[in-house]
Amino acid sequence: MARIIVVTSGKGGVGKTTTSASFAVGLAQRGYKTVVIDFDVGLRNLDLIMGCERRVVYDFVNVINNEANLNQTLIRDKRVENLYILPASQTRDKEALTRDGVERVLNELKQSFDYIVCDSPAGIEHGAFMAMYHADEALIVTNPEVSSVRDSDRILGILSSRSRRAERGEEPVKEHLVLSRYAPERADRGDMLSVDDVLEILGIPLLGVIPESQSVLQSSNAGAPIIMDGDTEAGMAYSDMVARFLGEDRPHRFITAEKKGFFKRFFGN
Amino acid sequence: MGLLDYFRSTQSRRTNSAAVAKERLQILVAHDRGSRRDSPDYLPALKQELLDVVRKYVAIEQDQVKVHLDRDGDYEVLELNITLPDEPRPVR
Repeated sequence: MARIIVVTSGKGGVGKTTTSASFAVGLAQRGYKTVVIDFDVGLRNLDLIMGCERRVVYDFVNVINNEANLNQTLIRDKRVENLYILPASQTRDKEALTRDGVERVLNELKQSFDYIVCDSPAGIEHGAFMAMYHADEALIVTNPEVSSVRDSDRILGILSSRSRRAERGEEPVKEHLVLSRYAPERADRGDMLSVDDVLEILGIPLLGVIPESQSVLQSSNAGAPIIMDGDTEAGMAYSDMVARFLGEDRPHRFITAEKKGFFKRFFGN
Repeated sequence: MGLLDYFRSTQSRRTNSAAVAKERLQILVAHDRGSRRDSPDYLPALKQELLDVVRKYVAIEQDQVKVHLDRDGDYEVLELNITLPDEPRPVR
């Protein structure tokens, strides 16, 4: 049975699309047939992060309006098997994502995919609501920063009251915290909320901590999700995150500051 | 991290802005959750109507009626607290 996972946050710029892309790649690498959908109608970006922007012909709204079918619209990733991208439309009105239309497309995707990853737009408007409404599980992407944590808490409130599962009184949406752009040395210094601080405030299970890393920008420059670069800390952190999601027991890495020796401490590096 | 940075970071450990952030967030989140969970839309109207009914018989102030909804698992407890004045004076 296909699982629908929304990647959401409330606040913009925290790493939703980066996380959606790497998460979807990670699931596909492990052999699960995965589709990642861009719900950010009007401001599509997932195609850029996935490096398939020049292969977009039709989009999500075309499928909803029956102007194209899924086979014509889905973009098959050339690097990873089992991975498909459903791009958002760039020009149309946000209301084009109707609840019935989205549901019909998701039901069709459920027939042939193991995981459906929904990359939510920022905010709590229609697009974000459509992305989370049908979800079975949610990755809440949060930065260790006051406005991001507060927005995440509001999103958790909406998930628990207005999702389809909530409306139908079914088992609640399973929530996972993804703490991104984390800088352990700053947290140690008391300049940044620590992993424990954020966990205590939000009270949901921790799926992964992604360290702040220059390589994330390099990977989006190149259109290759960071998880594909297994030499980077952020890439390794995303691989761990996917493994944990699939039930493996992996200790968290990159959450404590690297111990610096006497010389480094006094003379810099 | 150089020598200067080392001393700077020792100093910032004393200020600890993360602790301030955490405290502010805990208060804020508790407040947000409180207003989300404990006050359904109808609560203010319910309170006003209760006040109107009580005022038919006893003169009381706005803040002498308190309405509070608590949720505990499957239970919802609607708590009404109406404080009558020491010397109730009938409205008529």
